[in-house]
Amino acid sequence: MKIVIQIQRYGDYGDREPVKAEGATQNQADWPLWEVFIRSKMGLDHKHVGSLHAADAQMAIENARDVYTRRQEGISIWVVESKYIHASNPDEAASFYDPANDKVYRHPTFYDLPDELKAM
Amino acid sequence: MEKQATINLEQQFQDRVDQDIRIEPKDWMPDKYRQTLIRQISQHAHSEIVGMLPEGNWITRAPSLRRKATLIAKVQDEAGHGLYLYSAAETLGISRAEMIDQLHTGKAKYSSIFNYPTLTWADIGTIGWLVDGAAIMNQVPLCRTSYGPYARAMVRICKEESFHQRQGFEILLTLSRGSEAQKAMCQDAINRWWWPSIMMFGPADDASPHTAQSMKWKIKRFTNDELRQKFVDICADQVKILGMELPDPELKWNAERGHYDFGKINWEEFWQVISGNGPCNKERIAARVKAHEEGAWVREAATAFATKRAQKQSAAVA
Ligand SMILES: [Fe+2]
Ligand SMILES: [Fe+2]
Repeated sequence: MKIVIQIQRYGDYGDREPVKAEGATQNQADWPLWEVFIRSKMGLDHKHVGSLHAADAQMAIENARDVYTRRQEGISIWVVESKYIHASNPDEAASFYDPANDKVYRHPTFYDLPDELKAM
Repeated sequence: MEKQATINLEQQFQDRVDQDIRIEPKDWMPDKYRQTLIRQISQHAHSEIVGMLPEGNWITRAPSLRRKATLIAKVQDEAGHGLYLYSAAETLGISRAEMIDQLHTGKAKYSSIFNYPTLTWADIGTIGWLVDGAAIMNQVPLCRTSYGPYARAMVRICKEESFHQRQGFEILLTLSRGSEAQKAMCQDAINRWWWPSIMMFGPADDASPHTAQSMKWKIKRFTNDELRQKFVDICADQVKILGMELPDPELKWNAERGHYDFGKINWEEFWQVISGNGPCNKERIAARVKAHEEGAWVREAATAFATKRAQKQSAAVA
């Protein structure tokens, strides 16, 4: 026996008629860019998670909630407009961090102590 | 002299990449690397955004509240993925507005898969299983890509993707245990989506001339054919759980290779869809343009409101 089954198909059929797509849409200026920092748990630091565009701080915080905490990843959000972030220059990294290079004595492992010495 | 300096920089750059040290936005990078990444990341972002359209079509027609809630959550995730990726691309010096413009004018590409229509509810299950499945296969290795912001975006995305595929498979599983009509609908959707899904990995290796450079830069970690084979192997087994078939008479386990052999891909169709002649290319872009244009007043109003409030605040301070 052969069963004939008709499948009902709805919507989204594809292009019915040519629609305008060629012409350029006008290139509007973006809203300012914000960097987002999230505290995942009480007692932890806020950590940079990414960035987004928003018209103002309030909107940036709300958008950050929608984008970066959809799965309860945070309990506190900081946003900072990206233009206010100042960063060290990676090209100068070698000389910039140089002062720490020869100061191994800042680490506890530098000191020669007998194994019998406990609780230190 | 200057040329020598560039060569040294390039060598240093490649050394870092070889040692798996991530490249960050302010680091020196070859211009070609930057351009290739902008193209790759923005195309990826556009795919996430356009990818919402075929699924969004079914939100109002989801068969139960549970299905509706999960589909909304999935589509919302895709919007987030688009945003993570646009942000990553912006760190390379292109503006969001420019990328959106490239999408809307057809200058930028997005994954060809989203130019196929979603005709039945089973398509939503199949998209989750196959389309998100193929995307995951592509994306997991990119969590180790050489460009820091891109890699971090991918980590976030991959974490979120796994529910997408599982919700899709669950839809199909339910249909596959349903009435004869539901079973037929399930098979029909798989038949239509299978080939476009395996095209998602891109042209065969011998037809992708830039693969070698991209692998050297670690912005691609496996070739198209390697990933495609992995995907076919996994799906060929998973489809058995559904009691369905993949529409490929040549699909056969090859014990010697340790892989499934599969039939020839219709690359003509692939190039047609890529170049704008797929079943829904125009509809997709028109929907994007419409949403963007109809949202213009909202963006303007928010800007005006923010300006006014800032003025009020500075007046209050003064
Ligand atoms: Fe996604
Ligand atoms: Fe997804």
